[in-house]
Amino acid sequence: MGRFLLRRFISSIPVIIGILALVFALARMIPGDPCRAALGERATDEICDAYNERYGLNDPIYVQFGIYLKDIASGDLGESFRFGVPVTDLLIQRLPTTIELAGAALFIAVIVGVPLGIVSGYRHNSKTDVATMIGANIGVAMPVFWLGLMLQYIFAVFLRDTPLALPPSGKLDAGLIPVPFYELWHLPMNGFTEFLSEFTLMNALVTFQWDVFSSAFLHLILPAVALATIPMAIVARMTRSSLLDVLGLDYIRTARAKGLRERTVVLKHALRNAMLPVVTIIGLSFGLLLGGAILTETIFNLTGVGKTLFDAITSRDYTVVQGFTLVVAVSFVIVNLLVDLLYTYLDPRVRVS
Amino acid sequence: MTDHHDEQPLESMEASDEVRDEVRIDLSGGDVSATTTGGLWRTAGREIVRKKSAIVGLTLLSVLLILAVFAPVIAPYDPNQVLFDEGVAPRDPPCIHLLGCDPETPQHILGIDGNGRDYFSRIVYGSRISLIAAFAAVLFAVFWGTIVGLLSGFFGGWTDNILMRVMDVLLSFPSLLLAIAVVTVLGPGLINAILAIAIVTIPQYARIVRSSVLSIREQEYVSADRALGVTRWRILAHRIFPNTLTPLIVLATLGVATAVLEIASLSFLGLGVQPPTPEWGSMLAAERNQVFTAPHLVFFAGLMIMWNVLGFNLLGDGLRDAIDPRLGK
Repeated sequence: MGRFLLRRFISSIPVIIGILALVFALARMIPGDPCRAALGERATDEICDAYNERYGLNDPIYVQFGIYLKDIASGDLGESFRFGVPVTDLLIQRLPTTIELAGAALFIAVIVGVPLGIVSGYRHNSKTDVATMIGANIGVAMPVFWLGLMLQYIFAVFLRDTPLALPPSGKLDAGLIPVPFYELWHLPMNGFTEFLSEFTLMNALVTFQWDVFSSAFLHLILPAVALATIPMAIVARMTRSSLLDVLGLDYIRTARAKGLRERTVVLKHALRNAMLPVVTIIGLSFGLLLGGAILTETIFNLTGVGKTLFDAITSRDYTVVQGFTLVVAVSFVIVNLLVDLLYTYLDPRVRVS
Repeated sequence: MTDHHDEQPLESMEASDEVRDEVRIDLSGGDVSATTTGGLWRTAGREIVRKKSAIVGLTLLSVLLILAVFAPVIAPYDPNQVLFDEGVAPRDPPCIHLLGCDPETPQHILGIDGNGRDYFSRIVYGSRISLIAAFAAVLFAVFWGTIVGLLSGFFGGWTDNILMRVMDVLLSFPSLLLAIAVVTVLGPGLINAILAIAIVTIPQYARIVRSSVLSIREQEYVSADRALGVTRWRILAHRIFPNTLTPLIVLATLGVATAVLEIASLSFLGLGVQPPTPEWGSMLAAERNQVFTAPHLVFFAGLMIMWNVLGFNLLGDGLRDAIDPRLGK
């Protein structure tokens, strides 16, 4: 097991180096002058020279890459050209929004997708099965941005003045300012506590700010549902097909033959093995969620990683593009690594082969 | 729409003609494999007609194909014609005379967009861009993916190692994110969006071709060829390549669905097709702030994207089940 872990870990190192190089190269290849993008068209050549000198943009490309690697090794992702603040500060402020959104979406996807898949697989070819699979096919085909806009219309306009009405955009009601937990608990404010306090829901929950909590919760529902649809459909399909596979195996027949209740056979014996491929799919949908977050955050006006990254690309904020893309790609690699490990833990056969 | 129903299966055969022709040509090159694979495709053809979902997929795609091919006949107006002097106002709701709309007002079955253009005509012409762009992206990705996969699988060693590590790096980015980054480097526009989506999907095809090559390479008929002194390139082109096609075509059909979605997403973000070209994603983006007052302008464009994606997904699933019943459930 230890050796397997080590091998799996080492094999992801070249990938991470490749990501670093690609991110660096892409950020440099974005056309346009970062100085003019940051300071405006009227910046004079002297100002731009000073600016390029300050940010090391006059050095040869390999020197810039070397500096870049050294900085990353020391946890420095540079300073945003546009905002003039360190990229890590931006990440601290904006990553939690995306994690909360993606986490809520993944939660919905699993909580709804897995039971639907189980019912569908168990009652193979029944009306429930057919309906679920039609729903899943439609769910996979829906563009996230369209679904988001339609949800906004339905819940903010069509159902306005009904108890089902939901806020169409933003993170909180206007005028509502959450108090960070470290202020209430007289803890020091540092990167870590600030990062934690940016999880609006969690922060409100542990500090009992119920008005903030309910507002944040209501604001999260629509974007999370929009983002959850595609992974939910994929999880439902995967659970169904994998359960169908397992239910046909000999050990299930044995379990039934020894008189176990049907419920135990399906939910305990079959599901445990059927969930293996589902775990992989859930891990893989993480990338889908991050891509979808760019669209969802744009539509629902949430200042998370996706929206920041998109804004940074369009305004040529190199360092932000580099830093955010790097964090997203590396976390994707780490999630896949964790999924692999979980898989190995759940299925000993993987280790042997 | 209903009177097109009879022609649909025929029409959609045309849609995949490109793919099919490729199969036929390449299969005629290999003798042993040709007969078996040819049989497989005939069986697959029979199977697919029996699958309800595949038929639905074919029907959806046929409708789109008819819209795309006969757009000038079906669309009542030029997609870019501004109709303000014909008594319309920006974002007029749909008006269908048969459904009780005042006969005095001009008929626009899906309404008018923010620039005073007939929305139905724009939707109809949008099918052309959506289909062509998605096909182009997939063909490009399949072409390069196949080359990378063949080289990697057949030569192994360092070639394999380097190519596959590069593919791993590409796969470790969320695809939309990487596509956005590539399009930003190349500059926004339809061609660059197609390229970006193609580049992002190359690894999928490379991987599947490589894995087929690895198993085919060890087959006895390949060893026999080697023993007979057939050149490596000939083995690659006539023995190995034709046998990688089956999984590749299934993946490519499903890949068109993803490409449709991603082209629309890029255009929605303003990085793909530029206005005034009628494209569903950019049409949606142009009117997204009006969703509360003119929801029809958002609804129909998205519905068409979904229609297209659903069509290719169902067809791809059906094709997969028909070719390899073990793969699909």
